[in-house]
Amino acid sequence: MSDESVISEELESLLNVEFGPEVYEIERGMLKKFAEAIDDPNPAWQRVAPPTFPAALVPTGLLHGLFNARTPLTRLLNGASELEYFHPIKVGDVISVTAKLTRLRQMEGKEGTTLFMFTEVTYTNQRGEVVVRGKNTYIKY
Amino acid sequence: MAEQVFYEDIEAGSEIPALVKYPTTMQLVKYAGASGDFYQIHYDKDFALANGLPGVIVHGWLALSFLGQMLTDWLGEGGTLVKLNGSYRGINLVHEDIICNGKVTRKYVEDGKNCARVGIWVENPQGEKTVTGSALVTLPSRG
Repeated sequence: MSDESVISEELESLLNVEFGPEVYEIERGMLKKFAEAIDDPNPAWQRVAPPTFPAALVPTGLLHGLFNARTPLTRLLNGASELEYFHPIKVGDVISVTAKLTRLRQMEGKEGTTLFMFTEVTYTNQRGEVVVRGKNTYIKY
Repeated sequence: MAEQVFYEDIEAGSEIPALVKYPTTMQLVKYAGASGDFYQIHYDKDFALANGLPGVIVHGWLALSFLGQMLTDWLGEGGTLVKLNGSYRGINLVHEDIICNGKVTRKYVEDGKNCARVGIWVENPQGEKTVTGSALVTLPSRG
């Protein structure tokens, strides 16, 4: 199996294609629900988003493409996440989310053939300011 | 809340107050709803076992959120989180302690800002580091 590529044309065709923007209106209730879900009682999260809130602003177009692309690998895990903050995300903001697949890498791991899918996501507010840049690595195995 | 931490209070090696969490399946369901990540390994035990996992596992993003809480609790209102990253190296199962730790690795002034690099990690009850990462923060000065 090790010589065979699990990177299908379908997956490869997604490389460097910009998905979005998908637009999210940041409501007080969203932040409250998220803060409760992560069990973080900091009162600041009534006004501004906690650090990992961008995880809830999902680039669904890209992820559907990545997760539904045909490959012999059926199992999926999150590998790594990275966020850089430029401005706070606040209640009332309208956040546009764009995303792309930047790299595909196939490796032989202890679970057999493993595929790393590297993504980048940009979160921009209603004033055109980039508020957060994110990177996420997904693993199929 | 703890007292505000200042740049002058820390040095390389300073430890951040640890945070221990104990996520339940219910919390994972809440997180699934709040984040939109409904992958079944995070709440459906049969599905998780069929996928070769030892049980329902905690979302990597949720474990990173706990590290985020540890950092923002420490930073208080005067500090700022600039960068946060984590690699999900191992498994955290539900109904197990998630122990969040952090240690300052470097402090420096850049563009007039008081910066610190912090190594962060999550341990499971077996002492395995299941998430490792780092953060860049800025802190207020006493001066």
